[in-house]
Amino acid sequence: MKNRRTADPAPGKGASGRKIRRDHTRQKLAVFGILLAALLLAAAFSTYLCPYDPYAQDLSVSSQAPGAAHLLGTDQFGRDMLSRVIAGSRTSIYSAVAVVAAVTVTGTAVGLFCGYMGGWIDTVLMRISDIFLAFPGLVFALAVAGVLGGGIWSAVIALAAIGWPKYARIARSETLAQKEQTYLMAAKLSGCSAGKLIYRHILPNIAGQILVTAVLDVGTMMMEIAGLSFLGLGAKPPMAEWGSMMSDGRSMLQTTPWVILAPGAAIFISVAIFNLFGDTLRDYLDPKRVRDQGYEGE
Amino acid sequence: MAETASETNREALLEAKDLKKTFSGRRTDAFAAVDGVSFRLFPGEILGIAGESGCGKTTLARMLARLLEPDSGEIFLEGKKISGPGGRSVREICRTIQMVFQNPAASFDPRRTLGYSVSEGLRNSGMAKKAAAEKARALLEQCGLPGSLAGRYPHEVSIGQCQRAAIARAIAVGPKILICDEATASLDVTVQRQIISLLSELREQTGMSYLFISHDLALMQMFCSRLLVMHDGTIIEEGTPDDVIGSPREEYTRKLIHSVLL
Repeated sequence: MKNRRTADPAPGKGASGRKIRRDHTRQKLAVFGILLAALLLAAAFSTYLCPYDPYAQDLSVSSQAPGAAHLLGTDQFGRDMLSRVIAGSRTSIYSAVAVVAAVTVTGTAVGLFCGYMGGWIDTVLMRISDIFLAFPGLVFALAVAGVLGGGIWSAVIALAAIGWPKYARIARSETLAQKEQTYLMAAKLSGCSAGKLIYRHILPNIAGQILVTAVLDVGTMMMEIAGLSFLGLGAKPPMAEWGSMMSDGRSMLQTTPWVILAPGAAIFISVAIFNLFGDTLRDYLDPKRVRDQGYEGE
Repeated sequence: MAETASETNREALLEAKDLKKTFSGRRTDAFAAVDGVSFRLFPGEILGIAGESGCGKTTLARMLARLLEPDSGEIFLEGKKISGPGGRSVREICRTIQMVFQNPAASFDPRRTLGYSVSEGLRNSGMAKKAAAEKARALLEQCGLPGSLAGRYPHEVSIGQCQRAAIARAIAVGPKILICDEATASLDVTVQRQIISLLSELREQTGMSYLFISHDLALMQMFCSRLLVMHDGTIIEEGTPDDVIGSPREEYTRKLIHSVLL
């Protein structure tokens, strides 16, 4: 097995099979990447994309069904739903990205530190993360957001508070696995300090796994922020945010269903794009693929 | 294990005194991987340590390179104690002691180029990035590889090339001692011979001492100037390769020779 590469320098049947699969993954990654970029750009330039002012009330056109003037209809205050969905994308998507960025950075830092150092400090930090993991996530987030007093930023902080232990766990276990690798001993013998070992060698080797988890989590976080807003603990009216828009419209589901369906569909589509991109990214970065091409752990 | 008079008078480059290391798992009994090993490595020598897998060779090598702390016993480098409290860290001794590992592919960071890994020791000891990269190419060439390989990743080269690159990395900082821990075990016979002749050339150029750990007695008879036989964590026999292999005193050595050479 160890002589596989020396014995078979020309790519065999298996190798070409892998190549085809990889190319396919690359195409999928490109497609979903473009969709994701479009979504993020739309959210970033939402101010310029809105056909109407998303906050302007006009009772003369209230509760209108989707039509030529208002593509997604209007709500009971006569606000254009399409403009509100576009304006809400910035709040919903970027607050989810902010939560994920915060938990990824904190969690990874804690996990790397614990995994590398070990000892009592590892035990203490991991027990603390166990305590966080022991609470039902959204209930704990509700409590934190409630104490902080509502608003989109308290929702972000609440979700970040419950989100980091997951990343700490992943980063720690990946770090422990990397620590056993021979190349890390070789790097030590090259005179790397602990900081250099972590920054130059461990982090790049565990980043793929963490990145994939993070991308997949954006969708989850978007739904949780929408959930908190729906319950009145996230975005405050009149701020356009998909969760709170659904909450506002829920009493009129039978009379003006577009008011709840438009932001619902927006959540569905964005979460789907993030998840599909995350799944494809995981396939693309699959560590087994690297190993197939010749990297073997000891 | 009587030492000859000339050996006692020369100063040892590396000396191990009664090294012990015990591993204990939660569910397994404590296992003494290295159980009281003492030996000396003299300047310019190629000291072979022979023994079958599991006899503690790798544990011993890692203790000597300061990658593993011994439970008891002492290690002296050029007469100065480097083990135990107040000892030297890997970073402090890595310019004197370097190591080549058994699995060449696994000994390189899969996400870094060979050039990066080879030049890392140079950069860590203060050399500028560009100069270190140039030196890395020269080192690869010195080890019989094209300099262009510096831009390749470990999984893109053959296992023999990978081991040559590992040797280039080890000699980059100009060590006095090179520990080869089963450095030829994962290579096929032709590549093994090439690596051995590379090691011989490098020794002529630099005057390094080798600690050559292997289970391949035939290879060691050809390459080593002195041979230790290790069994169950202790050294059971010592002498010149011809003496040890030609007229072994211990029953275990006889068995080892019998199993390897036939």
